Amino acid sequence: MRPRCIALLVGVASLLGAGSASADDLRPSGKLLLTGGVTTVEGSGGGGLSSWATITGYATRDGVGANVHATRVELPDYQFRAYGAAVGLFDRIELSYTRQDFNTQGTGAKLGLGRGFTFHQDVVGVKVKVLGDAVYDQDTWVPQVAVGAQYKNAAKAPIVAALGGQDDDGIDYYVSATKVLLAQSMVVSGAVRATKANQTGLLGFGGPGGEDDYSLQFEGSAGLLLSKRLLVGGEYRSKPNNLGLKEDDWWDLFAAYAVSKNLSVTAGYADLGTIATFKGQRGLYLSLQAGF
Amino acid sequence: MFTALIAAVALAAGAPETPNPQHPNEEAVDPYVPSDANAGAAPFAGDAMWRAFHGQPGVDRVVDGMVDRSLADPRIKEIFESHDMVRLRRTLKEQFCYILGGGCAYSGRDMKSVHKDLGVQRTDFNILVEHLQSAMEDEKISFRDQNRFLAKLAPMQRDAVER
Repeated sequence: MRPRCIALLVGVASLLGAGSASADDLRPSGKLLLTGGVTTVEGSGGGGLSSWATITGYATRDGVGANVHATRVELPDYQFRAYGAAVGLFDRIELSYTRQDFNTQGTGAKLGLGRGFTFHQDVVGVKVKVLGDAVYDQDTWVPQVAVGAQYKNAAKAPIVAALGGQDDDGIDYYVSATKVLLAQSMVVSGAVRATKANQTGLLGFGGPGGEDDYSLQFEGSAGLLLSKRLLVGGEYRSKPNNLGLKEDDWWDLFAAYAVSKNLSVTAGYADLGTIATFKGQRGLYLSLQAGF
Repeated sequence: MFTALIAAVALAAGAPETPNPQHPNEEAVDPYVPSDANAGAAPFAGDAMWRAFHGQPGVDRVVDGMVDRSLADPRIKEIFESHDMVRLRRTLKEQFCYILGGGCAYSGRDMKSVHKDLGVQRTDFNILVEHLQSAMEDEKISFRDQNRFLAKLAPMQRDAVER
């Protein structure tokens, strides 16, 4: 099922690519290397954990870009996978879909869920650039700013309810600001997210005693461009603790390498803290992105 | 106001067809008032960047490398083909020298005027930047210094791109 799903996404992406290449007015691959960003675990263009204001893909306002991605994080007690596709329209609107699998492996038995129990989540995202340009506007400190929303559906109502969560679906809203500081060869990005999500939604939304309200959380990235192909940096993402399960903030260190405008590889080390009472969930982060 | 006055005086005096008679190999352009402000960016302070680009010989190689690549690129060569490449190379070398702190005066027109009606898209602008990056790599200019220079050029996109 999973390989077939990825094959389908790749197929759709190549169809989109063929379509845009054959239309004279649509020009793919117009942006500079890496300035399209990579893909977050939630499917948005950005770093690995934090959404940027950039629109996914390499198209400028003259064209359409798209990406497929597959990401895995190997944790001591869990395995986290995400895969999906995103389209960038005229460097203005980004539409994305990502499927997350959070496999509890042997931990599932200890949690009473059963060995190999897997939390799933579908994330449908939309992002709109509202002002600025992260790359061109080097004569001002004004960043590129985008607003976005992510509809998340974990489709596990009984377990979410058992954990104390209110809902198994919800919507995150965010405002993101991203700037490429060319003179410093740096990329910085920060976003404020209104969310009810527990472990970004894998464990549902809201908590037991009135923690049903949105809270404002922060996510940010800072990276150094070492060459036009290589970006190294770190990320931080704060999270609410609605379920009282000592949910931790997330952070990572990453290196994103653009093999070409059609393929980039991101490797990193992610610390996802305590997840469902299991502490120290730190491990290797690996993500492949293919597109144009 | 002052520049407008100079322009008016120059026009009244019957400005020459070729504003740079010392460049007889170039085609005539409509009269304009030369100014360093036409270069479109403030120069770097000091001469560190000028030295990083290996002075005038280095800048000449970078400009020629960028223009040669652009003329050989089927995606953007049409933009250049109908233009005076002798003048383009000379004014680009002046512009780069001026911005990099090499002490040149820029005698060309402003970025909006020179790109008028060329129909340059952002994609074309970025392709040119990629050719510039390749030329700077060939000149063994460090990635950081390349980016410092590109930071000066990037805002010119606003005047260069028309659609």
